[in-house]
Amino acid sequence: MDYFLELFLGGLTRGSIYALIALGYTMVYGIIELINFAHGEIYMIGAFTALIVASVLSLMGMSGLSLLILAGLVAVIYSSAYGYTIEKIAYKPLRQAPRLSPLISAIGMSIFLQNYVLLAQTSDFLSFPALIDEFSFMEPISHIMRSSELVIVLATIVCTALLTLFIKFSRMGKAMRATAQDKTMAMLLGVNVNRVISVTFIIGSGLAAVGGVLISSHIGQINFYIGFIAGIKAFTAAVLGGIGSIPGAVLGGMVLGWTESFATGYVSSDYEDVFAFGLLVFILIFRPAGILGRTTSEKV
Amino acid sequence: MATKWKPLIEKITSEFIKSLLVSFWFMFLTFPIMVIKVHPLERTIEWRWMNMAYVAIGSFVLSFIWRYLMERKEGGESKEEGETWQKRIGLKIRTDKRISMPGLAAVAIFIVIFPLIFSSYQTQIMISALMYVMLGLGLNIVVGLAGLLDLGYVAFYAVGAYCYALLNHHFGISFWMALPISALLATTFGVLLGFPVLRLRGDYLAIVTLGFGEIIRLILENWNEFSFGPSGIAGISRPSFFGMELSLQQHTIYLYFIVVVLVIFTIFVVSRLRNSRIGRAWIALREDEVACQAMGIDKTKTKLTAFALGATWAGFVGCIFAAKTTFINPASFTFMESAIILSIVVLGGMGSIVGVMLGAFVLILLPEYLRAFSEFRMLAFGAAMVIIMVFRPQGIISGIRQRYEFRRAGSEPGGAQ
Repeated sequence: MDYFLELFLGGLTRGSIYALIALGYTMVYGIIELINFAHGEIYMIGAFTALIVASVLSLMGMSGLSLLILAGLVAVIYSSAYGYTIEKIAYKPLRQAPRLSPLISAIGMSIFLQNYVLLAQTSDFLSFPALIDEFSFMEPISHIMRSSELVIVLATIVCTALLTLFIKFSRMGKAMRATAQDKTMAMLLGVNVNRVISVTFIIGSGLAAVGGVLISSHIGQINFYIGFIAGIKAFTAAVLGGIGSIPGAVLGGMVLGWTESFATGYVSSDYEDVFAFGLLVFILIFRPAGILGRTTSEKV
Repeated sequence: MATKWKPLIEKITSEFIKSLLVSFWFMFLTFPIMVIKVHPLERTIEWRWMNMAYVAIGSFVLSFIWRYLMERKEGGESKEEGETWQKRIGLKIRTDKRISMPGLAAVAIFIVIFPLIFSSYQTQIMISALMYVMLGLGLNIVVGLAGLLDLGYVAFYAVGAYCYALLNHHFGISFWMALPISALLATTFGVLLGFPVLRLRGDYLAIVTLGFGEIIRLILENWNEFSFGPSGIAGISRPSFFGMELSLQQHTIYLYFIVVVLVIFTIFVVSRLRNSRIGRAWIALREDEVACQAMGIDKTKTKLTAFALGATWAGFVGCIFAAKTTFINPASFTFMESAIILSIVVLGGMGSIVGVMLGAFVLILLPEYLRAFSEFRMLAFGAAMVIIMVFRPQGIISGIRQRYEFRRAGSEPGGAQ
């Protein structure tokens, strides 16, 4: 039972991170129907920025919660800035282009960012400082759930709740929903579509950075390549839940997290990624609209 | 006089300020990753302020170029003219026998004497460039003609390579026997993958093929009993030449000619395919799926053939790759390889044979001869993919479709409705 619980909670943590990244995918896809391939790289850049800032600050003698918050904040700001810039450079000029063009441009951007970090930093794994301390009240159950896992799950819940409220009630959120429904009509009704898209990228990238900081601190090491796999898996999560839907992204993340956790726990740990990709292929073939997605017929 | 110069000066100042702002933005953006480098073991921080200066100057200059190109793209007028001018030259070269015949002959002579005048090392590089030409042409069928973005192309390449390696290792089957088997097996895999994913739209298809490619690589890496895992398979035999013993150098030359013949075969097949019924169906499918179905084209069959034929070429080249290196392991078949092949197709020009060939030579030979910059290779590939998509989506040499229409309208007035 303990083993099952451990796998369950491990899956929950993993799933939370996938969900945080998947939110960015799903929001961008919902609005401009583009798979933002570079999104995984944003997550990686977030983790790297946090690592650099945390190292600098800790050498200056800072520690504990203030370090986590400061490093996380800088990471979120930088990731959002990267997301904003990427959209302006690689996607905005291609708004009217055929569907394949922005996708190829996104892949190019992803390769570029990976190698940018590889060349500017290092190709080795860097050890990431544990920014989240062990809480004393978690002592009795620490063998099945670490404090960092609790923080990750809580952070995901808070982020998702805030995002849902933002989209439901704020003026910008309304504009986002309008743009997602019909871009041209939204434009005619006075929605500044370019700004909506920029804000979408900024929010999505910020969430990815939160995920990046938390998981890196939990796992303890990062390199330039983490974004690629995480990005693909988060995309799987987004598709799994139904791309374009925010609760779907969270649900998809959880399902993927548990699938991976149980499959590696009970079957074989060598094929962790194979299970994830297998699930992706499977879902796309049998239910391309995802768990919570609606099937839409293409308009001619 | 002053009024005449005023708008120009205003324009220059505003452009200057814009570039300055871009430069500041990028200095901010790249600050943590470019400037600070942490050495965790020694617990020291290295501040690389020079990098910031490079970024500042680079982004300042590039933003001027970027905006200039953007303006030209939006203006569009002068570019249109330039294209017809390029087209006319292209047409002239292809149709005028006085130019095309000696040109072709010169190329043929150069190809034949290449391994005799250059060193074995140069020939090796040429072989890999030609292999990428074949891979590019194969992927061109899928991406360029049929418009299906395949990000897992390297999986078929791996299938071909492992097919020959394993057959050779276990049963001692020769290169010539294995070549068709590898191609057939890759085709089978193409159909197997193609069948379930046909219903998917462009971007989903891209992700599924990517996932498929990774699955194949992970299986090869982990299934030790079958594929010998990450350590790979060594000692694969080179192609035999009527049972004669060849030295290493002779082997290289021999392999070079095999590849040349196969490349010519590929060019022949692809150019015939493109103008065939199925090739036109691919292009129609790429342009508009719904309209294509309405015209009575079998979508499933058409997509499957594109997938299968693309995979066949990957299988061929995979087999050659195993014979060339005599050692393979899963590390040769990562997503990056797929990305390189894709950038060959995209940069060269989707759908154009000459474009893809040019793309392969530029992308493979340039980094070989600019060894000093080879670490920047992938960085440049990524940047080039973005820039090409933004400013010249048709690639260096644009596809044949427009040219075909152009020629038809010129030579047979009133022929087309």
